[in-house]
Amino acid sequence: MSNATSAPTNAAALPEGWEMVVGLEVHVELDTATKLFSGSPNRFGDDPNTHIDPVTLGLPGALPVLNRKAVELAIRLGLALNCTVQSCTFHRKNYFYPDLPKAYQISQYDQPLNVDGFLMLPGDVRIGVERAHLEEDTGKSTHFGGSSGRIHGSDYSLVDFNRAGVPLVEIVSRPDIRTSDQARQYVNELRSILVAIGASDAKMEEGSMRVDVNVSVRRPGEPFGTRCEIKNVNSVRAVGRAIDYEARRQIQEIESGGTIRQETRHWDDAEGRTHTLRAKEDADDYRYFLEPDLVLLDPDREWVESIRTSLPVLPAARRAALAALVGIDKESEAAYVLVERGQDDYVAEVVRAGGEAGRAVVYVQQAFAEEGAKPRVPAADISALTVLERDGKVTATQAKTILAEIVLNGGGDAATIAKDKGFEALDTSAVESMVDAAIAAQPDAWAKYCNGEEKAMGALVGAVMKTSQGKADGKVVTAILQARRSK
Amino acid sequence: MSFPTVAQLARDIREGKVTASAVLEEHLKRVDERESEIHAFNLVTAENARAAAVEVDRAVQAGKPLGPLAGVPIALKDNMCTRGIETTCSSKILEGWKPPYDATVVTKLREAGAVIVGKTNLDEFAMGSSTENSAFGPTRNPLDTSRVPGGSSGGSAAAVAAGFAAASLGSDTGGSIRQPAALCGLVGVKPTYGVVSRYGLVAFASSLDQIGPFTHTVEDAALVMESIAGHDPMDSTSLSQPAPSLLSVLDQGVQGMRIGRVVDMPEGSEPDVLERLDAAFAALKERGAAIVDVKLPSLQFGLTAYYLVAPAEASSNLARYDGVRYGMRVDAPDLNAMYAATRSQGFGAEVKRRIMLGTYALSAGYYDAYYGKALKVRRLIADDFAKAYQSCDVVLTPTSPSVAFPFGDKTADPLAMYLCDVFTIPTNLAGHAAMSVPFGTGAHSLPVGVQVLAPALGEATMFRVAAELERAR
Repeated sequence: MSNATSAPTNAAALPEGWEMVVGLEVHVELDTATKLFSGSPNRFGDDPNTHIDPVTLGLPGALPVLNRKAVELAIRLGLALNCTVQSCTFHRKNYFYPDLPKAYQISQYDQPLNVDGFLMLPGDVRIGVERAHLEEDTGKSTHFGGSSGRIHGSDYSLVDFNRAGVPLVEIVSRPDIRTSDQARQYVNELRSILVAIGASDAKMEEGSMRVDVNVSVRRPGEPFGTRCEIKNVNSVRAVGRAIDYEARRQIQEIESGGTIRQETRHWDDAEGRTHTLRAKEDADDYRYFLEPDLVLLDPDREWVESIRTSLPVLPAARRAALAALVGIDKESEAAYVLVERGQDDYVAEVVRAGGEAGRAVVYVQQAFAEEGAKPRVPAADISALTVLERDGKVTATQAKTILAEIVLNGGGDAATIAKDKGFEALDTSAVESMVDAAIAAQPDAWAKYCNGEEKAMGALVGAVMKTSQGKADGKVVTAILQARRSK
Repeated sequence: MSFPTVAQLARDIREGKVTASAVLEEHLKRVDERESEIHAFNLVTAENARAAAVEVDRAVQAGKPLGPLAGVPIALKDNMCTRGIETTCSSKILEGWKPPYDATVVTKLREAGAVIVGKTNLDEFAMGSSTENSAFGPTRNPLDTSRVPGGSSGGSAAAVAAGFAAASLGSDTGGSIRQPAALCGLVGVKPTYGVVSRYGLVAFASSLDQIGPFTHTVEDAALVMESIAGHDPMDSTSLSQPAPSLLSVLDQGVQGMRIGRVVDMPEGSEPDVLERLDAAFAALKERGAAIVDVKLPSLQFGLTAYYLVAPAEASSNLARYDGVRYGMRVDAPDLNAMYAATRSQGFGAEVKRRIMLGTYALSAGYYDAYYGKALKVRRLIADDFAKAYQSCDVVLTPTSPSVAFPFGDKTADPLAMYLCDVFTIPTNLAGHAAMSVPFGTGAHSLPVGVQVLAPALGEATMFRVAAELERAR
């Protein structure tokens, strides 16, 4: 807050009378065995320059041959995003940089593979997907010496071409996003879809998913403002922070009489601010033209339909199904978490085994974070535990202990564990006498409670719990106390 | 001077009348005698060739099956990648570069048993029509060493014309095989785009480049074509067809065929050249073909369209020579200065001219007026040809407007040099097939070539006509 340029970084609402307009360009590495145009392995994390060949290095005379699997995965994504899959072409995007071996990137330009789709966010917010096209990744430069970590001012640079030619899909949203929350939801939902359809592991931290953000601001109802593109946004959290910062910066600029120039800005996550990378007039002229080394890509209808048929149920539909089954909101955290982990089927299995749905959701959400889509614990064991708790045979606290033991051992009979631990829930008459004893022992607390001080109940409940060694059900104790008071 | 043909050598070696080694030594002897004068080669690979010839001789002795070109000495234009052997494109920027892989045509030649004798000189990156644009000095025409051999595949043409190799491969982007073939008295073939793999051919203009042979005879050209053509999964623009069968059609004659004569042909040809073209029509008519007049009105725009399309693609294809990964690097204080210094010193004047032309033609604000319009002309030319081929089977034109010209004749005037390719360029723009066949001589008793143009995949028809012209010569 030291000066006017450091805009607030929390995600509070924008100043009154302003609206942000956001569009996202997301690059995703496709999970193919080999590269987009050559047979070299597509693998992350190996020694530099071990997955190279004449095509990857752009050696004179080498020619690209399109990877059918990459096309298939891109079509899968297009269909999952409700796009139209069309016949398409490849173009060359020409610019010089040491990690771009041919000095052009093979990408798609005016005829992309997937167009006109959409993605749904909570609250039935529909974000348009303008296009999702195929292109090749560049190599990775590392600059040594100098202070900025950038090429200018460095002593020397090294390039790793393992990443060069890795298949990417660039997903371009329409400028339909209006809050940073929506932007984060969009990225998360896109990531869930990518993982669900097996197109990518979509890890922002490993760079297999990269997000560029376009932000402009306007007064609602007015035409779009001038936008700035923000690069180096390397986490979902940073997406939200960068958008909020940038929208505020633009509003401050305009309100103080300035104008926004179209430019590319760099997000500095440590400083929590963006700064100018290059102005539009300095942007490269990429001299796009049709890639003469490739031919028209015209996916035949039968192939596209067979890909459509092979698509799994998508996360949104799975959340809805789970929500309907267990009676929760499809936009609740539990629905997202369980589907994200792929444990919705497991919860359904617990319910089918006779388990109590609400408890099943809570147990799995809380205790199965380390488990995958197929937890080791038999669904019947969880089912039995939910029934035990529902029937008041064990308390919620006891159930939690039993659950931990079941998870630790990869299964177990809840009733047996309860018995071994002496977790027999007391019958109500026994609890009633303990409550009466507690009232007698703490008349002050009882008086306060009767006078409406709800907090005073804690001491009484605590005493019963102590006497019963935790075997009394807290809910039952509370109910008895309330009944006694209202007499 | 006449040299043994590919067909004859292959037959003699197969039948054990002569060894591949002896054949090779005869060719290397001629190299020793004349190469210092001709400069056909950037590199003579004598030792590799001797080893390959010995292999062939062993196979003959052992009675093993032999490829159709077994023991035949063949030269390669120095823009085709040869594993471990320098491939320079006659450019300083690639001097010393040894590819880690063989071009598909090189693999196919080796499989056919050919003995590769060396890498031939060319106009730098195949840009030129006289081989005067080589960074390593020009090639001389073996028929008159005061004159150019044509270009850009001048070294490949000269190597065959001088008897250094029985055949050679060139690349043809706008006439770079056919024009030097005409100027050196050889048969030269530009196959249909996609018939011969471009994998390993250093790209000049990817949508136009095509590899083809130089030979003394039409039969030899058919032999080499059958060995190098066919689908290649490494080249996405390679056609799915197998190699065409050409040897089998050579004796079929032209009875009943329709030969197109272009009535609105671009002007500027030497009278002797036009006289030989007329003689060719007369000969074919006499042998049973009908001569039909066809119009190709967009032909006159071919040159202009070509000099936008080809440089545009070249500006992109040659951008990779940046000093970062291979070839020449001129050190400089920062990256952009290194790029500029390397490319300024590494490329010759003609290459730089075309890179600048092409960059301009693709630039924002100019694309539609230049590159975009050129693509439209390209389609018009294809349409014109399609219309013409409704009434004829092949079209005959001169290959080159002139016979071989003296050194320095056109170097000061790029446009005059570009006009050398006025008859050959439209074929590349249309993606069709064409070949040049020697048909007598013109001024200074120098050879004149007649060009046979055929529609896409019309190689068989084209070779029938070429064979008949050869017999009528």
